[in-house]
Amino acid sequence: MFEKTLAELAQGLNNGDYSSVELTDAYLNRIKAEDGQYNSYITVTEEQALAQAKAADETRAAGNAGPFTGLPIAHKDIFCTEGVRTSCGSRMLDNFISPYNATVIEKFNQAGAVSLGKTNMDEFAMGSSNESSFYGAVKNPWNTECVPGGSSGGSAAAVAARLAPAATGTDTGGSIRQPAALCGITGLKPTYGRVSRFGMIAFASSLDQGGPMTRSAEDAAMMMNVMGGFDGRDSTSLQMDSEDYCADLSKPLDGLKIGLPKEYFSDDLNPAIAQQVQAAIKEYEALGATTQEISLPNTALAVPAYYIIAPAEASSNLSRFDGVRYGYRCESPVDLEDLYKRSRGEGFGAEVKRRIMVGTYALSEGFYDAYYKKAQQIRRLIKQDFVDALSQVDVIMGPTTPHPAFKIGEKTSDPIDMYMEDIFTLSLNLAGLPGMSVPCGQTNGLPVGLQIIGNYFAERQLLNVAHRFQQATDWHHLSPVSAGK
Amino acid sequence: MSLDRSDVEKIAHLARLQIDEADIPEYTQNLSNILDLVDQMQAVDTSSVEPMDHPTDAVQRLRIDEVSEENQRDKLQSVSPAVDLGLFQVPKVIE
Amino acid sequence: MEWEAVIGLEIHAQLATKSKIFSGASTAFGAAPNTQACAVDLALPGTLPVFNGEALRMAVMFGVAIDAEIGRKSVFDRKNYFYPDLPKGYQTSQLFHPIVGPGHVDIELKDGTHKRIGVTRAHLEEDAGKSLHDQFPGMSGIDLNRAGTPLLEIVSEPDLRSAEEAVAYVKKLHAIVTTLGICDGDMSQGSFRCDCNVSVRPKGQEEFGTRTETKNINSFRFIEKAIKGEIERQIDLIEDGGRVEQATRLYDAEKDETRSMRSKEEANDYRYFPCPDLLPIVINDDYIDQVRDSLPELPDARHARFMEQFGLGDYDAGVLSAYRNLADYFETVAQVGGDAKLAANWVMGELSKFLNSNDLDIDDSPVKAEALGQLLLRLKDDTINGNAAKQVFEAMWNGEGDADQIIEAKGLKQVTDSGAIEAMVDEVIANATPQVEQYKAAEPEKRGKMLGFFMGQVMKASKGTANPGQVNKLLKGKLDALCD
Repeated sequence: MFEKTLAELAQGLNNGDYSSVELTDAYLNRIKAEDGQYNSYITVTEEQALAQAKAADETRAAGNAGPFTGLPIAHKDIFCTEGVRTSCGSRMLDNFISPYNATVIEKFNQAGAVSLGKTNMDEFAMGSSNESSFYGAVKNPWNTECVPGGSSGGSAAAVAARLAPAATGTDTGGSIRQPAALCGITGLKPTYGRVSRFGMIAFASSLDQGGPMTRSAEDAAMMMNVMGGFDGRDSTSLQMDSEDYCADLSKPLDGLKIGLPKEYFSDDLNPAIAQQVQAAIKEYEALGATTQEISLPNTALAVPAYYIIAPAEASSNLSRFDGVRYGYRCESPVDLEDLYKRSRGEGFGAEVKRRIMVGTYALSEGFYDAYYKKAQQIRRLIKQDFVDALSQVDVIMGPTTPHPAFKIGEKTSDPIDMYMEDIFTLSLNLAGLPGMSVPCGQTNGLPVGLQIIGNYFAERQLLNVAHRFQQATDWHHLSPVSAGK
Repeated sequence: MSLDRSDVEKIAHLARLQIDEADIPEYTQNLSNILDLVDQMQAVDTSSVEPMDHPTDAVQRLRIDEVSEENQRDKLQSVSPAVDLGLFQVPKVIE
Repeated sequence: MEWEAVIGLEIHAQLATKSKIFSGASTAFGAAPNTQACAVDLALPGTLPVFNGEALRMAVMFGVAIDAEIGRKSVFDRKNYFYPDLPKGYQTSQLFHPIVGPGHVDIELKDGTHKRIGVTRAHLEEDAGKSLHDQFPGMSGIDLNRAGTPLLEIVSEPDLRSAEEAVAYVKKLHAIVTTLGICDGDMSQGSFRCDCNVSVRPKGQEEFGTRTETKNINSFRFIEKAIKGEIERQIDLIEDGGRVEQATRLYDAEKDETRSMRSKEEANDYRYFPCPDLLPIVINDDYIDQVRDSLPELPDARHARFMEQFGLGDYDAGVLSAYRNLADYFETVAQVGGDAKLAANWVMGELSKFLNSNDLDIDDSPVKAEALGQLLLRLKDDTINGNAAKQVFEAMWNGEGDADQIIEAKGLKQVTDSGAIEAMVDEVIANATPQVEQYKAAEPEKRGKMLGFFMGQVMKASKGTANPGQVNKLLKGKLDALCD
């Protein structure tokens, strides 16, 4: 049961092989037994999950089941969930029981999904290793001495360790794709604006985007059918008709033009990663695709631009955490300034404080033009690179990460070293483009991810390209745990 | 770009963050390193490039002017650290 | 040395939308604390703003009304600072691309001259909540009901040179926003408030002096007082060899005084940047034309029309056109009553007297415009005389019915039956021998004044209903006949 994809579980529920309550109960028990070694959940919502499962079984009995009815999933603890602690991985919100639901949560509730709980994450989604969580580091199920990636590391580890069939994540600079790559699962960062940000605690508003983290591209499409769509409560939500993300999954790939950016395949690239990615590209050629070298000349500028824009937005977005209306408040503040400084100083961890300070500095008087404005100009250059490239090819492929999963603690002392982990992923957030990571091989027992980048709104094409690969290969079926039942 | 201790203290104050004395050297070093990293941008001529604030070219949608929210004070204040008579409590504000 | 004051004003007008600028919570005034502050207003984690289209329409109305450039693409920016009444830790405002660009208004001064005052810009922003300081020992209580109420901040050029000009400018803007219906103009509730920037310089000098800012003034009277006081203070200071320090002062409405304000953000580094949660507001010519076509008649135009169409004097026309509701009221009275000058006299006289003594707004008048018009009709057609009309008005004010009902019930119908009047006149003359003798003895030119006594007696006898013209004529004839 634990090795089944969402699509297979939906089939099983439909066939009556098991009920949603049985399925949910099995997962809850497995989480209880196994999550001690991974720390992938912050909060397990057993009672609510069983109640939702029961309701789903009743819906099914009444003949009103939809494609998602009764399927258990987990949510990154960044999505506000009514009546449930929504911590964002921070001491600041350790006591925050959300009084409302994020749009994404509401949509899954309406679809009849079961929420198993809230997954661990880097504090306020700031990190690439899940080590900055107030609730402790998450461990990579393939090697528990290694990080699962971040910031959606809890979701990635939970799906990889078969503690949830699928999970939601968010991606500001690679936070879905990078942990998906490091944990050997499938992750999709949609076009900016596809998935509502309402109720998704903001890190960097113009970069944040929610998306699915799953066992397969087909499952990601099923998740998108629930998560995606216009939301009047989010001004940046795309006003487009909802579409069936499963519709194009099986289209043949004959004639697909794949662009390979020379900047992504430099001599610095880890050879094992390069080898696996090249092998995957060969597979695509076998499936009828053609490849050509392209150039994204401003690739090297993505990291600097990102590490101004994201902290600048974050410094402002996180100002609301002031100890006044909710969240952590320091003991016995002597005056207003003390209330602010200690509540924030004690409530936020080191990486969050670091980024708030970088962002504050970048926006401060006399530096705005040199940092913030400059970064927004570079951002346009980066976007233009992609627009030019995608006028020549259908999709762009490359490695998701420059390395496989690294050891816990290995990069915590040098923030810049950590920032470089996202070199291939964060330019998509700057441009607002969709991208996926799919498992495409292994090195030393650790998964390698292939990143597939598509044009704006081309999620269906990405899912199709990923699905055909998964029809032809078994990498996505590899499991770090022998969980078969 | 290299920052000194007083820069970090000033930034921390602007951001209303209490930083332990002992941590200031490390923050100073970290922030200076990050600024060195981002200073790569300065080599690029962007004089003719319009800054890009949003990933898409969409424009602001207008909400219809109607009251859609009802009073939920009790629920919203259930997560508040200090409330009295329906008011959020803070140490006395001096204007 | 001769000094010149330079004054620039920033006016915050709360826009009269039903819901807030970025949320669906109500903007109504006076609710219990925090009962009109929703999750968005409280800046709960994950909440997002969605812009109220009505706030945009109202801002564009204002821009068109002052002949300003309208921003075809305007952008919301974040102004970052920490304050307990500012839940997000930033105020959403418009720094770089405001909705309304340069425009102007014309003011009229007491000596009858006109002056054009430049409006630099007007931008949309959100109001903050309120801090209440007196309720809890050592603590302040924060009420966020007002947080997110849409504001139009209207910034003038430093074109104003005196308190009188400043007040005339503020009154003109007040008349414009209330006429447009985009602001209720209630200064006591803070719907329309003013920050005054004042500096002085030797007359003839180009360069500006150091300015002070007095915030939050919410009455016309105090704007004048504060500016006059500040000009004097600055001149005295400089003449005594001192220097004006740039400072912010706060107006305390309860104590009617200003006091020095502790700076909200010492460094004043607001770290403005474009709000990533809101997209650019783009409007086209069609939108602006539609707004232009929907504009009501503006105070200046109405002022001119009242003079031309109704023959009112400049002053009366100015008073009656300054507030849309008053102007509408007046026009209804004039139309129903059929006499604009009479309507103007009554609206500015009897009605204003009653409104003022009861501290009521024109909208709250118990005597509606149609009802007052009906009363004036009865005055015009001689059903009642002026004295009776005042009695009827008072009864209408007290809710005793409409004009005709009251005239009937109180028997105030004017007596025009000459036989009845003659009988009363005869009786008065017969019963006033000493006064008749005095009348006869008086020089003929002094007799006119003495007629007043007899008039009074006859009116009293008729309970005020006799036609005064007829009474006068009869009395004069009969008394003069006795003298021959």
